[in-house]
Amino acid sequence: MFEVPSFAELGLGAALPAIALAISATILLLIDLFIPRERKMATAIIALVYVGMAFVINFFTFNADTTSFMGLFAADQFTGILNMIVLFAAFISILLSIDYIKRTGIERGEFYTLLLLSVSGIMFMGAANDLTMIFIALELLSIPLYVMAAFRAPDLKSEESGLKYFILGAFASAFFVYGAALVYGATGSTNLPQIFERVNVIVAEGGSGSWLLLIGTGLILVGLGFKVAVAPFHMWTPDVYEGAPTPVTAFMSVGAKVGGFAALIRIMVVALPGFALTTGSVNTAWQVTFWVIAALTLVWGNIVAIAQTSIKRMLAYSSIAHAGYIMMAVAAAGTAGVSDAAARAALIYLMAYMFTNLGAFGVAMVLERNDGTIVTLDDFIGLSKHRPILALMMAVFMLSLTGIPLTGGFIGKFFVFSATVEAGLIPLAIIGVLTSVASAYYYVRIIINMYLKDGEPRNVEETTPALTLGLYVAFVGTLILGIFPFLITGLTDTVQIAAR
Amino acid sequence: MPESAISITTITLFIPLVSMFILLFLKEEQAQFIRIGALAGSLLTLGAAVVMWAGFDITNPNLQFVQRGEWIPTYGISYYVGVDGLSMILVVLTAFIVPVAILASWHMHVLEERGRQKLYYIFIMLLEFAMIGSFVAQDLFLFYIFFEVTLVPMYFMIGIWGAEQRVYAAIKFFLYTIAGSILMLLALLYVGINAGTFAVPEITAAVRANPALFPFAGMFSTQSFLFLGFLIAFAIKTPMFPFHSWLPDAHVQAPTAGSIILAGVLLKLGTYGMARFCFQFFPEASVAWAPTVGVLAVIGILYGAWVSYAQTDVKKLVAYSSVSHMGFVVLGLFALNAQGINGAILQMVNHGISTGGLFLLVGMLYERRHTKALDAFGGIWKVMPLFGGLSLVITLSSMGLPGLNGFVGEFTILLGTFGSEYLGFFFALFATLGVILAAVYSLYMYQKVFMGEVVKEENKHLEPLHWQETLLLVVIVIVIIWIGVYPSTFFGSMDASVNQLVQQVSAVAQSIVSR
Repeated sequence: MFEVPSFAELGLGAALPAIALAISATILLLIDLFIPRERKMATAIIALVYVGMAFVINFFTFNADTTSFMGLFAADQFTGILNMIVLFAAFISILLSIDYIKRTGIERGEFYTLLLLSVSGIMFMGAANDLTMIFIALELLSIPLYVMAAFRAPDLKSEESGLKYFILGAFASAFFVYGAALVYGATGSTNLPQIFERVNVIVAEGGSGSWLLLIGTGLILVGLGFKVAVAPFHMWTPDVYEGAPTPVTAFMSVGAKVGGFAALIRIMVVALPGFALTTGSVNTAWQVTFWVIAALTLVWGNIVAIAQTSIKRMLAYSSIAHAGYIMMAVAAAGTAGVSDAAARAALIYLMAYMFTNLGAFGVAMVLERNDGTIVTLDDFIGLSKHRPILALMMAVFMLSLTGIPLTGGFIGKFFVFSATVEAGLIPLAIIGVLTSVASAYYYVRIIINMYLKDGEPRNVEETTPALTLGLYVAFVGTLILGIFPFLITGLTDTVQIAAR
Repeated sequence: MPESAISITTITLFIPLVSMFILLFLKEEQAQFIRIGALAGSLLTLGAAVVMWAGFDITNPNLQFVQRGEWIPTYGISYYVGVDGLSMILVVLTAFIVPVAILASWHMHVLEERGRQKLYYIFIMLLEFAMIGSFVAQDLFLFYIFFEVTLVPMYFMIGIWGAEQRVYAAIKFFLYTIAGSILMLLALLYVGINAGTFAVPEITAAVRANPALFPFAGMFSTQSFLFLGFLIAFAIKTPMFPFHSWLPDAHVQAPTAGSIILAGVLLKLGTYGMARFCFQFFPEASVAWAPTVGVLAVIGILYGAWVSYAQTDVKKLVAYSSVSHMGFVVLGLFALNAQGINGAILQMVNHGISTGGLFLLVGMLYERRHTKALDAFGGIWKVMPLFGGLSLVITLSSMGLPGLNGFVGEFTILLGTFGSEYLGFFFALFATLGVILAAVYSLYMYQKVFMGEVVKEENKHLEPLHWQETLLLVVIVIVIIWIGVYPSTFFGSMDASVNQLVQQVSAVAQSIVSR
């Protein structure tokens, strides 16, 4: 009656990149015990090797297009590209961390283990094809991040950051679980493709089932909306981002979003495309919701960012705004026939945003003093004269965040807007472009400080080789995406996740 | 169309970029090498442009020297460059103006004060790359990229080497233009997605084959909104009244070379875009909106001229005169007939040369006196007779004196406006007032600066012209007289293409009128 599935039936191979990284992370914890305190650099290098290994394994499963663990995981190209994005993010984050955690005196080997665990959580999340699996992955993603945010304890700000993130994060997870339970109650399944099959029936029947589904989806949206920091669930972001050690903030601003959006797109596109309160309407109910959230996030994030003087807070609001752009793609996915194009746009955007944002945080890290005082926008004054290359990089990152051509940010925006227009959401697209103009104001302000204002910059320390390498990877990635966009579109062109 | 392996278009386009990378490897201390390198790069570009021009088949109205390679195949985006008569003439203009701008920077004080000469010339080369790219790009995506990229170096040029208010002017310039172009991005996406390709000739063909591709039903319908999306971006760039307010700030604050490039080439991106995209993609909307745009153009002509006369700062005076001159260009374009459009393109080139020349003059005065106030000068002709004489020619050309280049364009535009079915007599009448006002402010400026007695002590011993400055002015004056006397050397090559464009637009226009 209860058969134990054979190893072959599990299809472990398809989930190998994430599994390999999770195992490596635990092994790293053991290895780290034997690495002396003053040589924690070795731990970082091993972590980098693990990331590289997972990256290579990812190529083997890239075109697999199967499921594993009895349908819990989907190994398709969507997963494959998400894995690439998050592994790049991990690679750059580790490089950025090495020097920082050393000079701020928080160098502990566990840091890298936690980072890798969180990365594997994101990878599981991108692959998860089942609500329970998404929940587990979400926790695996989040819990290491809670710890990392507070890594600078007993520094008060860092502790505040960790605690705030933990309490609100736990809340969000609870919302998600409750939502998942209600969806299960309505459809009798947690498996996304199975939910898809039943949704139409439930909607056709009407009655309590569709209400359960509605509330359930709403709660799921709240939970994931918190993780990706879209308005109105973004309140925690500036405080948490500012208090956490900068490399953690950098990773968090990218990784958590990648995971959250991956799950959001999968749930909405794979499981719930037909979900509407009234049958036969073209725009599904959730598209309108996402439309509103996207618009709200764009306006809020971009406007409030203008008023910031601390670079980390500015980047925090900017990351909220960018979540808004990705949300535009998710909203576009609600139009039948555009789902795949929209999912591709979101992937391209995430890739571009990952390189750019990590780079921007990396530069902010160079300017940070060891005692953890706030880096303000004024600290950038005169940077171009004293550290021309660093200033050039920051200028490119800022232009990329604005969305100026020849940078990755433009390609991301181009595809997101393109999907939005294709989906017929013209007003949303107009909000998107108008807020982009507003965003130009605060991004360009940094360029003004670096290039146009004269003054002595703060004593900027020499960057270590690891940090320099990390910055270069982000810089080159940003430019390559911008100049040779076919490299990324070549990968995403074949991504199909919408139900066929 | 033949698609050669590497066409001369690509070569012309990439010489500035390659020069830029070579400059990157020079050291800041080797200032002389940097300058010579930049000049050599820009002259090489000019050479390539001239070779292209010489090989251009003037009877062929279609694209020539085409090169096409896939870029983002799934979205129908390609690296697609080529020139027709319209692009050709503007590429040559660009290639001519940039060396002028570089030579104008040769002895610039501000470069020595603020340093970073290498960066300065790198930005000029990047700007040249982007400008030529905008004119030769035959793919909307590619065009947009070049169009936006022109922003960045110009922004830095104003911001780093500008006058006192430079930061304000730079950010105003940046935000204004980005606001326009990003709205265009949406319209552009809509066009590309619905046409299934981003290649300009193919979209044009698709529009002609299926006029309902962008349905037109009055001044506020899909096609009109798309038209406006493009038009506003170009109107800001041109700049057309009421989107002109960034221009005086940008011009006054920009260093001389920046002003020359801005007036000489960048403003033409706007009017080029109108002719290339608005008319070809949205013919019906162009016709429907022509009177409205015409009114704005005439307001721009009169307002620009009027305000120009009221200025006490020479550079601001020239900047506002640009608003007036570009108003003529827009008016000519939206006359939507052969004379109007032909005249507009002539005027684009002429304005580039004359106003570029005027900014050069202002720059030379500023280098000597460190002021741009009108009443700081007077009697300069007596101190620098050669300078005075050459300046007179340039001023008169800007004013539109018959026999010099400015006249040909303005006259044809007025003829076109008068004969236009959408504009007509009153538009021509008011625009003619603009010509008179132009004489007033130009002569007022010339008189204030060059005529009369030398009253100010500082003006008595001005440094005579350097050889580079003399050379520049002489070359510009030669071109001015040449175009004025025998314009077809320059404009013969564009006739075929422009006629084809005009035929297309007027055919649609006729069909609407007869409806």
